Amino acid sequence: MNTIDVTLALVVGGLFAIGFYLMLQRSLMRIVLGFVILGHGTNLLLLVGGGTPGRPPVLDGTTSDPDRFADPLPQAMALTSIVITFGLTAFLMALAYRSWHLTGSDEVPDDPEDRRIGTLRERADEDHDTYPDPEPDAVPADDGTRRGGER
Amino acid sequence: MTAALLALPVLLPALGAGLSLLRLSPRAVRVLSAAVLTLVPADALALLVLADTRGPQALHVGGWHAPLGVTLVADRLSALLLTVSTLVALAVLLFAIGQGTAEERRRTAVVFHPAYLVLVTGVSLAFLTGDLFNLFVAFEVMLAASYVLITVDADENRTRAGMTYTIVSLTSSILFITLIALVYAAAGTVTLAQLGPRLAELSDGLRGTLAVLLLVVLGIKAAIIPLHLWLPDSYPTAPAPITAVFAALLTKVGVYAVLRTETLLFPRGGVWPVLTCAAIITMIVGILGAVAQDDINRLLSFTLVSHIGFMLFGIALFDVRGLTGTILYIIHHIVVQAGLFLAAGLAVIRVGTASLPRMTKGPPPGVAVAVLFAVPALSLSGVPPFSGFVAKLALLQAGVAQGGAAAYALAAAALVTSLLTLYAMTRVWTTAFAGQPEHTGHSASGRLAAAQAPEPTPGGVGGARLMLASTAGMVLTGVAVAVLAGPLARIGERAAEDLLRPEAYRSVVLGEGEHR
Repeated sequence: MNTIDVTLALVVGGLFAIGFYLMLQRSLMRIVLGFVILGHGTNLLLLVGGGTPGRPPVLDGTTSDPDRFADPLPQAMALTSIVITFGLTAFLMALAYRSWHLTGSDEVPDDPEDRRIGTLRERADEDHDTYPDPEPDAVPADDGTRRGGER
Repeated sequence: MTAALLALPVLLPALGAGLSLLRLSPRAVRVLSAAVLTLVPADALALLVLADTRGPQALHVGGWHAPLGVTLVADRLSALLLTVSTLVALAVLLFAIGQGTAEERRRTAVVFHPAYLVLVTGVSLAFLTGDLFNLFVAFEVMLAASYVLITVDADENRTRAGMTYTIVSLTSSILFITLIALVYAAAGTVTLAQLGPRLAELSDGLRGTLAVLLLVVLGIKAAIIPLHLWLPDSYPTAPAPITAVFAALLTKVGVYAVLRTETLLFPRGGVWPVLTCAAIITMIVGILGAVAQDDINRLLSFTLVSHIGFMLFGIALFDVRGLTGTILYIIHHIVVQAGLFLAAGLAVIRVGTASLPRMTKGPPPGVAVAVLFAVPALSLSGVPPFSGFVAKLALLQAGVAQGGAAAYALAAAALVTSLLTLYAMTRVWTTAFAGQPEHTGHSASGRLAAAQAPEPTPGGVGGARLMLASTAGMVLTGVAVAVLAGPLARIGERAAEDLLRPEAYRSVVLGEGEHR
């Protein structure tokens, strides 16, 4: 019968909570850190999914009983997923740097077209013009409520 | 022979991508990627014939058999979608080459071709893979290439959009690995052919949780509302060919994955209410979003989201007719949506803006582009005799044949959405393409704009011709889908029957007689 390591399960839960909390932030640096932590969480989860902890890795062929050694498949999957998260983290860092370079800030801004469409009605009531010229500066300033992607 | 046919759609683009990274001349790279993308559809067509006549084909890579090794499987569905997708990839590549020569941008060519070929590698692998983990790897290959493509040469606006796109996709990838870990812990395998019976033994609660997590993961990739928010913000910022290939392939690979996993992993007797609601909401909310937009590319992105709902329609019905409708719809939509984005791209290049109110004020983009936009636009709205009508008719007939409240609700939502799509397309047509009375000399001024927009170099003229020709090819393929509707519907029906009776698929993956 398979058993599960409670400590590892709790660690996975903690990593997921921290990772998703960080990913929900506006700051790109925190999002990158959140992604890294989530990546660690999933890799651990793959290992937890591999079955009873504490068994040795695949032996030299002296035993064919699969219950004697640890399941190698989740380890292979974790390895693949480590490589993928590593590569994508590097890409994300480069993108975050580029974004900082271009905008001078670490924040993820709203989509301007989104915001323009979202506030079309309000502005139409104000100046009775249903089709204002879509100038970028026609986007209203951030009113502090940070309207997300709602349209 | 079969092994080579199965391996080549993945190997060729991957090797091509590697070769194109060598210090070749830009011309050699263009020839290389065009050659690769000509061979892959031919190979896929051969696979389709093979799968249709002799049943599913499997390749156990490296001689490692199914539960342990990597298995590539081609049945009717995957071979069919692979053929259509790679054909569209070829047409879009030609458009991009044309645009590259027309605008004489040398820098993009360096990264564009390898990334594009890697994207096709990922798409091929996703269609052919036989296990869940490999599906994840295929998605990652495809998405990693798409991150590069969407942020290549990016200005501030595209970096912002690319950031949103990357982060949302990464979140869904993280959820995907989580799902794989949970599925492996629960069932002890990730081979799709093995998972169905093993998952059936689990408790309902656990099975339901896994099913919903899977739907969320693939829902983000396929842009099912309410998981679509990343798509209309990110796609329109990219150049026309990149948007076209993303719209044609990426979300459809997500829908294919839903189709494959729902039938193999979680087969059910009747309508699944969750998927029905998702389909209805996706259709209606997506098209209402499209109607509200002022930017031609954003409008098309919202119609893309909306029409994902049609594909879920058939999956929600979960019978042969419904799945046939879905398969037809995927084929129609891959071709038509790519054609629409390419035609819109041509119009935007000629007029110089993507904003509909501004396009009204400028000269219309010319008769040829207008016709190239009109045909796929009518097809998307489901006007006979185009391919959209055939696919929508198949879905509606499936809905009415099944009966029941859910099926009728789906059919009603589909009809309303088609009508609103027609409205949205008419709006684009009248504002961007038809021209205004004061521009009565519009063909002359259009020709003037067309002559002025590209650089007056020989390469510019040739590039512009190539762009026009590849868009026309895309539109003609869309018409061909309608002309070949009979054979396509029959092979779609056989593919749907395979999906509902996966014994042949299972035995070819796992070896004869061993279904566990």
